[in-house]
Amino acid sequence: MPRVRSKRRQQLEQAVMLPVDWLEERSGLVGAVKYFLFRKVPHDTNWFHTLGSATLTAFLVQAITGVILAFYYKPSPNEAYASIQTITNELTLGWLVRGMHRWGASVFIILLFLHMGRVFLFGAYKYPRELNWLIGVILLTMAMAEGFTGYLLPWDQTAYWATVVGININATAPIAGPFLADFLRGGAEIGENTLSIFYSLHMLVIPGGLFALIGLHLYLVIRLGITSPPWSQDAPGLEREEVVTARRGLVDPRPRGNGAGVPPRKRVGP
Amino acid sequence: MADELERPGQGPHQEHSEPHLPSPTIWPFAFAGGIALVLVGLIVNLWVTVVGAVIAVVFGFFWIREVTREVRGVPPEPEEPLVVAEPDEEAEVARYPRSKFLEGATLGFGALIGGVITVPVLGFAVAPAFVGQDYPEVDLGPLDGYPEGDFIVATFLSGAGGDGDVTRRTAFVRNNGLKNQVPSFTILSNRCVHLGCPTQPQGPPGESREIETEGGGAVTLTPVQPSGFGCPCHGGAYDIEGNRTAGPPVRALDRYEYSIANGRLRLGKPYSVSKVQGEGADARIEKYDVADPGVHLDGPEEFLYPYVP
Repeated sequence: MPRVRSKRRQQLEQAVMLPVDWLEERSGLVGAVKYFLFRKVPHDTNWFHTLGSATLTAFLVQAITGVILAFYYKPSPNEAYASIQTITNELTLGWLVRGMHRWGASVFIILLFLHMGRVFLFGAYKYPRELNWLIGVILLTMAMAEGFTGYLLPWDQTAYWATVVGININATAPIAGPFLADFLRGGAEIGENTLSIFYSLHMLVIPGGLFALIGLHLYLVIRLGITSPPWSQDAPGLEREEVVTARRGLVDPRPRGNGAGVPPRKRVGP
Repeated sequence: MADELERPGQGPHQEHSEPHLPSPTIWPFAFAGGIALVLVGLIVNLWVTVVGAVIAVVFGFFWIREVTREVRGVPPEPEEPLVVAEPDEEAEVARYPRSKFLEGATLGFGALIGGVITVPVLGFAVAPAFVGQDYPEVDLGPLDGYPEGDFIVATFLSGAGGDGDVTRRTAFVRNNGLKNQVPSFTILSNRCVHLGCPTQPQGPPGESREIETEGGGAVTLTPVQPSGFGCPCHGGAYDIEGNRTAGPPVRALDRYEYSIANGRLRLGKPYSVSKVQGEGADARIEKYDVADPGVHLDGPEEFLYPYVP
């Protein structure tokens, strides 16, 4: 029997839903958000499954603190070091933002590796999620490249000589190495171009790629669902209805259980 | 009854279901050309404007006549009936459809336009790092700052790769005395050829002094009597001719070309050396274009680096 609602409540609901309906009718965004948020998740996921979100959070912290640092950083050889000193010692809470960016970089890399270890040990890289593993590998490489390019920006002795050695390690790669080194240096010698190039790579090129690939990574997670742990008796991944439907009629070669060889029993939990 | 009205192509809805199109006409093209001439003429020549105005007015008149034909009640000119060939099944299949052609043309032209835009941008992004790389000559001061047989550590601004302190370089300079009545110098770069750290002379340094150079710069000279050169980063070691004696480096230390003008030593561009036989003025130097540290110049490994920019 339908619940009887008071008139005031109906009016209130209408008032709330009006902008949402307006938006949905024109963009379909509500459906998209529902697709993103209201997914089926295996009942025995655990805290290790949060490592991916933690990595994403670390990346967002890097992005935001990086944008703020870019307000005050001056990427020219004669001003870079002094502007870093200003950020650290003079600007209000500059030490905090720079510290978050500097230490957050390590946190980001550590979480990436932990997340990778979780995916590896849970067998979550297996069919049909191989593509997501590959994207993850590229993301890891790009995060390393962020670390390498960001290390030069303080423009002190450590930064300078670490970059000299880093670029020359690139140069020792067969065939393409010397070209790559010349490109990174912006010439035959480390100089003022090197700092500009590293700055551009660090805050425009690589972050753009990271954002795009993280989007793809998340899309695949949402499309394919989340794996349950290896000890789970749950059905694998609980893929989305439409993915399963699209595959219907084909022979399903997927291993049962969690994808790691454990046969499924009955679905437990909700 | 009501649902019959809903059907397309029947009843009173019929005339709305077909789009109302004006008859095809070519006059606007000429009219637009006339307007363009008027605008060009305003800049170039008034007579061009007049000609353009005449064209615009004449063809504008034709256009208006064409468009208002229906309103004036004149029946539209009958179009030539389309000649429909007898349906030939095979020819029909073999024909290249217009939609396919347009699709290909769109993709093709899109790629062409994209390429025309991208290639110069890519060129600008990458090429400056390879084109026009030069090493400005550096004045290292008068020859009498370099006593015969001694190593001098010279620190100077090279001007390569920009300006300011980032171009500071260090060279180990030794006056070898005269050979065939010509002064001979050994000038080693301090850049370790393992990964580019600065090598240090192994021996106690003397007292530094700074001398003015041409163009208002300065060079710092420090005498030293080294037994060799060592790199603090990864333990590369070299003898006083720059040959590798231990550690990870793959060749001898780079050297600089030099010239002497008005009694002053001038540093030229650097070059790379695989190994040095002999000593001082009589040394036989196996010389190559300057290469990055870690790049092999001889032996089988040189084939790993076929092109060194």
